[in-house]
Amino acid sequence: MAKNHENEKFPIGHIAGFIVSLLLTFAAVGAKLYTDLPMITVMWIIGALAVIQAILQLFMFMHLTEGEGQVQTINIIYAFFCAIVVAGGTIWVMTSGHVHY
Amino acid sequence: MAKVDKSLPLEYQTEQSRLNILGFWIFLGAEVVLFATLFAAYGSLKDNFAGGPTPAELFKLKDVMIETLLLLTSSFTCGIAIWYMRRQNLKGLLTWLIITLALGAGFVFVEVNEFIHYVHEGATMQTSAFLSSFFVLLGTHGLHVSIGIGWAILIIIQLMKHGLTPTTARKTFIISLYWHFLDVVWIFIFTFVYLARMGG
Repeated sequence: MAKNHENEKFPIGHIAGFIVSLLLTFAAVGAKLYTDLPMITVMWIIGALAVIQAILQLFMFMHLTEGEGQVQTINIIYAFFCAIVVAGGTIWVMTSGHVHY
Repeated sequence: MAKVDKSLPLEYQTEQSRLNILGFWIFLGAEVVLFATLFAAYGSLKDNFAGGPTPAELFKLKDVMIETLLLLTSSFTCGIAIWYMRRQNLKGLLTWLIITLALGAGFVFVEVNEFIHYVHEGATMQTSAFLSSFFVLLGTHGLHVSIGIGWAILIIIQLMKHGLTPTTARKTFIISLYWHFLDVVWIFIFTFVYLARMGG
């Protein structure tokens, strides 16, 4: 549960989260537009950078672990699991999945 | 009168508030899945151009970066607003909330201009399956941001009228969750809709 008197005098966590988010965004642009890596490698890199940035937002800005932290965390993990099944599964079936038939 | 636990931040002090915040997290879980279905549609239809414009012809890195930086910064300023709220600083909270909304309005402005530009280039929702799924996904996100701006204005009015109470603090905290969530969705739009399909 959250504490009432957070003693930091300066929103240092938020500023750190913002700077890291900016770095992740520019790293993704750099990986896609300024390297000659194969497309599949680039997709994994920028996808991983997106997931890291989303997790950063959940913890640094959204206080996911406060309140009913455990229930909220399980709920969000389950939501992302459903999202991966729905989006990843659909795209797989509609592209490489049916190639074999 | 509901039991008030003064050891917690204002927005968590009543049972009602704690349940409302938990309920909003569950709503956000459903929103994640809603957007997943739209990403699924886009991911399946993204190469069906029907002779219309392709992403390489349409997408401009500069516009996309402006939108990304506006929304990312607004997520940060919204976090700062809540940081002030937890220090019982109503003026700081209102100032940063208004900055957040100005950035959000800037985002919607740039996005609407981008869409108008696309339509002038002959890229409408009816042109191809790629553009249909593109406009549905981006439009749903843009609509969420627009609704969020209207919602936050109503919260700001309540804050100015009633000040910081357990109720207004809870409502402000919930709109902040919504606002950060919109940036989380944008990270994936930026990555998979735009960046993955740009030249280079």
